[in-house]
Amino acid sequence: MSELVVKASKLTKVYKLFAEEIAAVNNVDLEIVSGEFVSIMGPSGSGKTTLLDMIGCLDAITSGQLEILGKDVSAMAESRLVKVRRGKIGFIFQDFSLIPTLTALENVQLASYFAGKSQKTQKMTVFLEKVGLGPRVNHLPKQLSGGEKQRVAIARALATEPKFLLADEPTGHLDTENSQEILNVFKQLNQEDNLTIIVTTHNQKLGSQTKRTIYLQDGKIVS
Amino acid sequence: MNVVTIACKNLKRKKIRSTLTIGGVAIAVAVLVSLLGFDRGYQQSLTGNIDKMGYQLLVTAKGCPYEAATMMLKGGGGLRYMEQDIYEKIQNDARIDKITPQLVSTAYDPDRLEGQGGFAMYMGITDSYLELKPWSKFKSGQWFSSEAAEEAIMGYEAAEVEQRLVGDKIFIPNIDKVLTVVGIFERSGTQDDGIIFLPLKTTQQIFSLPNKLTGVGIKLKDIQQVGEFEEDLYEEPGIQVISMAQVRGTILNLISSAKVMANSVAVIAIFIAVIGVVNTILMSIFERTREIGVMKAIGASAADIFKLIWTETILVCTAGGILGSIFALLGSGVVEHIIKKILPYAPSGQLVLIRPSLLFGAFVGAIILGIITGIYPAWRAASMRPVEAIRTGE
Repeated sequence: MSELVVKASKLTKVYKLFAEEIAAVNNVDLEIVSGEFVSIMGPSGSGKTTLLDMIGCLDAITSGQLEILGKDVSAMAESRLVKVRRGKIGFIFQDFSLIPTLTALENVQLASYFAGKSQKTQKMTVFLEKVGLGPRVNHLPKQLSGGEKQRVAIARALATEPKFLLADEPTGHLDTENSQEILNVFKQLNQEDNLTIIVTTHNQKLGSQTKRTIYLQDGKIVS
Repeated sequence: MNVVTIACKNLKRKKIRSTLTIGGVAIAVAVLVSLLGFDRGYQQSLTGNIDKMGYQLLVTAKGCPYEAATMMLKGGGGLRYMEQDIYEKIQNDARIDKITPQLVSTAYDPDRLEGQGGFAMYMGITDSYLELKPWSKFKSGQWFSSEAAEEAIMGYEAAEVEQRLVGDKIFIPNIDKVLTVVGIFERSGTQDDGIIFLPLKTTQQIFSLPNKLTGVGIKLKDIQQVGEFEEDLYEEPGIQVISMAQVRGTILNLISSAKVMANSVAVIAIFIAVIGVVNTILMSIFERTREIGVMKAIGASAADIFKLIWTETILVCTAGGILGSIFALLGSGVVEHIIKKILPYAPSGQLVLIRPSLLFGAFVGAIILGIITGIYPAWRAASMRPVEAIRTGE
């Protein structure tokens, strides 16, 4: 039985830029069920990231309704949103966003620490091996390549054992080869662990390999 | 992985900046610890010094400066003399436990202090002097052979300065007198160390001061009677009574204004250090805006971020506190040296007294300082909205 992971109806986010109001996301209706691998595509400024931030409970919504894992988060304050995020949503960023002072292993441990879960090295290593970063767990981010950093970031997202992953342009800073490898990791996680994954991307090749693609333009879903 | 490890790693990221901030706190703490240590040490050595005079009351001629430092300032002059009759009159008072007459005189010796010239201080005493100072011990030699012997006993430092041993001769300039050293006292840590003692009668004779005294030291049987006894002596013409408690109070008063100023400097130093800490931590959280946003995205609550930044501040202040205490301990010798040079009256003995309790206080104080100064930066970091933090930092 597939669980409803995201349910958005008339989801809208309006930014005020001086006197002008810009609807970054405009009346979006969207449903994503567990086990899906969804890519959100669209040109720059189409609202991909804003939509992802709202789904990730990082950003407040302006109007409409948003349910995440069956919880209505539409009007939640940050102090309650953190409880929805923590341990349920895994984030992956374009620039990897690892903590530069911590090793690969420690970056993964940090996420479990914040989620209040076990930080046993053995368990953390399993996540790092899963993404193909076995031998370099004690390296600092600056000693890793872009592809390796993104693998650590994925392991960090997995460490909290989330219900779904959100990746914002995960291959934006990577070359073609590394991009494909990261995509393969996502595919593997989706197929083997039935993990729900939502990515935003410019990359047609990546988009074409996900199970479902949503196109956004001017904050609206066009297909 | 815990909050302390993460905080430590963050602080290590900008080593120079963290070190400088910790240094700022350390200097402030060192100044404060030294000053408080001085406060303790000074009072204690002063009290010790005065207790070691052995007498509670000193009767002198009116207007006579007793203090050696004052005498030096006045070029060795300014001494006034009183008649020995007074001593004889009061020595049988039933309230008196011990009493000793003394006659102080100085002589300018151009060869003293490696040719710079200086005053040597001579004091005529009697057997009763030692009764008042039972702790005075001979390092070598013994007491005068007779009441009017042409002999001298030297204080420890006086003997060192003049480089005399028992049996050597000592020359008193101006009056061209040669005496034999019969004894040298052990170091007492008081003014006595610098004095050359002669028999009272010899002093009166060689300085041509027959039947004169500069002072009479008195120890009463009951300390409670000091006030009453002092009052009785007021009626005697031409003399004044100085109680040692009063001397102590006067000296403490003299240095109190200097102390207030020094303490204000310490408070200002702490204040500046606090501003430095807040500035550094704020700067570091603004630089890490995106990182803090990411931490929130991966599950850190506002409380987690608050704890992290708070811990960083507390660590900086604690490290500063520990380092400052070490500085204060190591530097107490230097501080002591400077204080002895600038103070109008520096008692001998340890002036800067840094006890474990003071160090513990400094340690706890530094932690409290960290707790207080950390609140604002921690709150700033904790209240950052995740999405704004992530996007602003991009």
